[in-house]
Amino acid sequence: VKHTSRKWSLRVVVIGYLALLVGLPVGYLFIKAFSHGLGAFWSEVTKPNAVAALKLSAEVALIAVPVNTVIGIGAALLLAKKKFFGGRALTLAFDIPVAVSPIIIGVALILAYSRIGWFGAWLSKNGITILFSPFGIVMATMAVSLPYVLRSVLPVLIEVGKDQEQAARTLGAGPLRTFWQITLPAIRWGVLYGVTLTIARTLGEFGAVLVVSGDITGKTQTLPIYIFAVWDQSYDTIGAFAGALVLASISIVALIILSSLRARERKLHVDLA
Amino acid sequence: MGVAIAWVLVRDSFHGKWFVEAFIDLPFALPTIVVGVVLLFLFGTASPLHIDLFETWMGLMVALLFVTLPFSVRAVQPVLASLDGEAEAAAKSLGAGGLRTFVSVVLPSLWPAVLGGFGLAFARAIGEFGSISLIAGGIGRTTTASSYIYNLTQGFLWTNAAAVSTALLVLSLIILIASNVLARRFQHRLAP
Repeated sequence: VKHTSRKWSLRVVVIGYLALLVGLPVGYLFIKAFSHGLGAFWSEVTKPNAVAALKLSAEVALIAVPVNTVIGIGAALLLAKKKFFGGRALTLAFDIPVAVSPIIIGVALILAYSRIGWFGAWLSKNGITILFSPFGIVMATMAVSLPYVLRSVLPVLIEVGKDQEQAARTLGAGPLRTFWQITLPAIRWGVLYGVTLTIARTLGEFGAVLVVSGDITGKTQTLPIYIFAVWDQSYDTIGAFAGALVLASISIVALIILSSLRARERKLHVDLA
Repeated sequence: MGVAIAWVLVRDSFHGKWFVEAFIDLPFALPTIVVGVVLLFLFGTASPLHIDLFETWMGLMVALLFVTLPFSVRAVQPVLASLDGEAEAAAKSLGAGGLRTFVSVVLPSLWPAVLGGFGLAFARAIGEFGSISLIAGGIGRTTTASSYIYNLTQGFLWTNAAAVSTALLVLSLIILIASNVLARRFQHRLAP
């Protein structure tokens, strides 16, 4: 009896804690966003500036996610194939963007690439502006979502091993064909997992983008920046909550995809930091 | 708290556990500004619960507890799951109570994971910006390093921003490398 009561009290404490810390805020988000009815929510979401922000977020993701996916798979292949000097340092370097403050990422990008920065003179001579431009936003977003594909693919790649690839090679398949027909199918769930994490992170990035974007309404506002701006500048509660709900819904969908992928592939886990 | 949650997730089973499981990752998946906006309204000056944490330490604490929740739980969970019950059963059969078994048998093997998770959570907390930028308000007492740097950039004080960034960057890197080393040590111990 004593054992069961301890089990129950621990269960109650844990669930209660989660309900207060996570359940309450998330529930409140949904209630508040619809507090003025579905119509008010819809008219907020379809405001020109909100639509522009949504479009920019989607465009940024369309560039950042494929690039990071290719780089992540490439780095994973490199790190899984053979041990080499600096391999660990490379893994660590991939982790830096998520371990440090997004604000630092933004400041670093500006110090390196803006007009006052190292490459600034050369870049502006060639008509490339980083600061206050969508291009800068893409760079900032790519930086903060860099490691997720690598982190998801690498453990799967190591688990799969090299046997099948070597068999394919001895049977006369070239490296490219081996990759497409053997390696990629073997790691596909890992790739999908990493891509989902990358998308979630890409659409939600706030700090780094805020520093480089310059927060120009309708032009360099991604959805998170838009949420911040409608609250900060006009105290528009419904606008901020409507935008927040759109973002939250995307991340909840991402979570569902992630947990069903985890059920499929045991090597996958929520890899954070 | 991370250890307690991981314990329940691994050792306990009840209906709707998958739901609790999914809840853990929510703070990670939610964009930080979404967290910031919700917390500002829930615990701000116009709080429907009449809990006003605007511009207070507690406000920062709640935000950081929220965003770091998955780190602590997910670091401990796989280790706890990999422990077999043998040592615990032995301790119990030798007369140790539940609490004693936990403290002297389970906890020692969890320590590295707990520390590793703590390191990751700490790195995340120290650099956090989005979720606390709103509830922290604009006063000096609740301005974190990230907010301070952001304020400097708004005044185009790039040199100052670079200096503070470097200090924060070095701190984060030390934490990152330390938790990395810790995790490796632990792996060695598991697979000699």
